[in-house]
Amino acid sequence: MKNLLGFVKKEFFHIFRDYRTLLILFGMPVVQLLVFGFALTNDIKNARIAILDHSKDNITSKLTQKILSSGYFILAQNLDSEAGIEDAFKQGNIKQVLIFEADFAEKIEREGTASMQILADASDPNVAKILTNYTTAIVSDFQRELLADKKLPIEVKTEVRMLYNAEMKSVFMFVPGVITVLLLLISAMMTSISIAREKEMGTMEVLLVSPLKPIQIIIGKVVPYVLLAFVIALVILILGYFVFGVPIRGSLILLLGYSLVYILLSLSLGIFISSVVESQQVAMLISMVALMLPTILLSGFIFPIENMPWPLQWLANVIPAKWFIIVMRGVMLKGIGVQILWKETLILFGMIAFFIALSVRKFKIRLQ
Amino acid sequence: MKTVTENIIEVEMLVKKFGNFTACRDLTFEVKKGEIFGFLGANGAGKTTAIKILCGLWKPTSGKALIGGFDVYTETNKIKKNIGYMSQKFSLYEDLTPVENIRFYGGIYGLSRSLIKEKTALALHELGLEEVKDLHVSAMPLGWKQKLAFTVAMLHEPKIVFLDEPTGGVDPITRRQFWNMIYQAAHRGITIFVTTHYMDEAEYCDRVSIMVDGEIKALDTPDKLKEMYESQTMNEVFLKLARG
Repeated sequence: MKNLLGFVKKEFFHIFRDYRTLLILFGMPVVQLLVFGFALTNDIKNARIAILDHSKDNITSKLTQKILSSGYFILAQNLDSEAGIEDAFKQGNIKQVLIFEADFAEKIEREGTASMQILADASDPNVAKILTNYTTAIVSDFQRELLADKKLPIEVKTEVRMLYNAEMKSVFMFVPGVITVLLLLISAMMTSISIAREKEMGTMEVLLVSPLKPIQIIIGKVVPYVLLAFVIALVILILGYFVFGVPIRGSLILLLGYSLVYILLSLSLGIFISSVVESQQVAMLISMVALMLPTILLSGFIFPIENMPWPLQWLANVIPAKWFIIVMRGVMLKGIGVQILWKETLILFGMIAFFIALSVRKFKIRLQ
Repeated sequence: MKTVTENIIEVEMLVKKFGNFTACRDLTFEVKKGEIFGFLGANGAGKTTAIKILCGLWKPTSGKALIGGFDVYTETNKIKKNIGYMSQKFSLYEDLTPVENIRFYGGIYGLSRSLIKEKTALALHELGLEEVKDLHVSAMPLGWKQKLAFTVAMLHEPKIVFLDEPTGGVDPITRRQFWNMIYQAAHRGITIFVTTHYMDEAEYCDRVSIMVDGEIKALDTPDKLKEMYESQTMNEVFLKLARG
């Protein structure tokens, strides 16, 4: 036990003397969270649009008014003819053009139908889609207002409420995601690198020749990173809660417990990686390519898994982060507990057992 | 102290196979207490495998090996407490100071705090490291690292020290100084088991074994070996053996 303490202390020396890594460790959660929280939102506000109004009557101007007052759009310019549309888009500062046909009000009055055209800049398909959706929603709302004084034969009223994230803030999704990515980074990458470093420097040989048991060596290497990862998880949760108002509706203890399970899972991954590589570079490369990329892209952190083709959906199942993100969102946003999340919990524990068993096997083969 | 002829390492018909490949074939030799035993061989001759078995890291496929009286099959823990190990890489933590390195290695061998303190002071004094004791090891010249690594390997006063190419990449003067440290240790009754690429160093050993393709082809004092193979230097002996 005493020699284990000395080991942990030595490991902390390594961590705290490597200023660059330390800066990355503590700087990254803060920067990532701020970037994801403030800059990278999927919500679009103040998109610049142009309007080409061939009619210029009271109805088109009312509709224009309604669209502009929604907060999503800013009128950048009024166009006089179709000829100007191409230029407006090409200059790049306009996302959408609305065109009202001539005699708009009259046609509605007489024929009950008039048309308008929405042109969107689909060089960014996501933005184009979101903006056209906003616009059509506003137009159909306007339509209903026009009809208000007239009797409708039947009417279905829809009332929408967004549960668990009423304002649809993206940061609610990013906080669990950022925790997932960072815990993996610290636990898996840092441990695999630090174990690989001992191999590279030849100190691992000396440790193995010493009376320390392999399990003691592993524990000594891992404990500091468990603590570090846990502190960073706390930092992110606190930042999320106080800066972005991300709620923790479920049990905080449960949330921290799950974080610990996920940290252990990442560590077992890190130990497994270090048992197959001999150098720090390879450890880093494998952690980056085999762990970070899939975790960011396939875990549902940024891109919804439901929209992926089935091979990727299938692949996502073996990515630990996918299950942890489900658990995190469940506990933080929905306030649910183990009785609902038992499947995910079992999968996380199963993965820990799997990777530890694999590492032990690998280690035994080396000893034979 | 017991008699000089006491065997501290006894190896008999030791075999290590990896699949179809035999890394060590029927190794048989013994090393006496306080002896400097040179373990030579070309790269890939099976030296490293043999050392790993003797240190209790790997289990042999068959044969017998007693290290300090302990069996490599069943008593590896006792073996580990009684041996020191130093490799060509010197195995120090570069981002720790000499004192922290000593404290750490002393700690994992379970030395008491006061003993570590005492040993640290002694080591700093003997190696002349007092001025640089707050420097990280990475900033120290290679020769100092080597001496410090040797001191660290001897901290827990092992009966046997395994030195795996301890002088690789070090200049001749420093090598000479290092061998003086080895002599001093041997003088105190510590057995030195050393592998090296430098044939002039082989001459410093009490006895030398030369391994070729997993087998020990020759084992005797340097003088007798030179006589036997009608050579002027150990280098010639080695070349005659290695070329078959």
